[in-house]
Amino acid sequence: MFLNLFLLLAAVLCAFQAIRARQMLAAALWLACTSAIVAWLLYALGAQEVAVIELSVGAGLVTILFVFGITIAGEEIQEVGSLVPWAVAGGIALALIGLVAWFVLPAQEASTAVSEPSFSVMVWENRGLDMLVQIGLIFAGVLGILGILAEKETAEEQARASQKTPTSTPPLPQPQVITTDAHQDTPIKEAHA
Amino acid sequence: MSSELTITAVTVLCLLGVALYGLLIVRNLFQVIIALQILVKGALIALVLAGKISGQINLGQSLAVTVIVADTIVAVVGLALAVQVKRYTGSLDVKNLSTLRR
Repeated sequence: MFLNLFLLLAAVLCAFQAIRARQMLAAALWLACTSAIVAWLLYALGAQEVAVIELSVGAGLVTILFVFGITIAGEEIQEVGSLVPWAVAGGIALALIGLVAWFVLPAQEASTAVSEPSFSVMVWENRGLDMLVQIGLIFAGVLGILGILAEKETAEEQARASQKTPTSTPPLPQPQVITTDAHQDTPIKEAHA
Repeated sequence: MSSELTITAVTVLCLLGVALYGLLIVRNLFQVIIALQILVKGALIALVLAGKISGQINLGQSLAVTVIVADTIVAVVGLALAVQVKRYTGSLDVKNLSTLRR
């Protein structure tokens, strides 16, 4: 009971800090803490397999991806206000959560235990179609990222090409001073400002 | 429900509430993705909790694995798009997304 209360408070605190943090790196670390607490909560519920996956993927891989993205894009601290006033946003969120709680909290536990297959049988046989969809999702994600990165390369190449080729006015020829020093093999070019 | 499961359900509701509040107030694209991640974590616990309540926790776990994979793909593609938006517009503000149109 007290463990669940502690996990409740810790998860909500970390999630709120992840939303309110001004620095993106701190927000990513708060999100990693949230993932770790969610993994602990899943373990306490008896879902050990999902807890391990959540801990490794949610707290590990996604955090690394966030840090990588923040490193590329750079920190940007938002000084401007939000799209919606915070009081209106809080009211909408509370109303929606109250509506969900109205339906969820009266749920009752099953009186008789249902016999179900093991986790591996459930994942690989009963939910085999889900696994195929997951493979397709992973390929779609990889192809999407490759497409985005390929678009970035072509844009850079276009920028380089536009810099190399003159557009309308050709540059004026630079005055050159050629020295006739016999000891130098190549002429010295001086460009005037 | 027992008291532990009730507290877990309240945790789900609180996570969903924080994520919805965040989606409504934040303007940074990275923070939008973070809010989506928190929303999915709430849904993840809800799936396992529903499996626990109905006595089919392995079914809930198998569905949760699918949600984790989809959530990770969403995060990866969202981060890639955010980086591209930053390169094209010089800002991560959501309001600048309309300037991507050529």
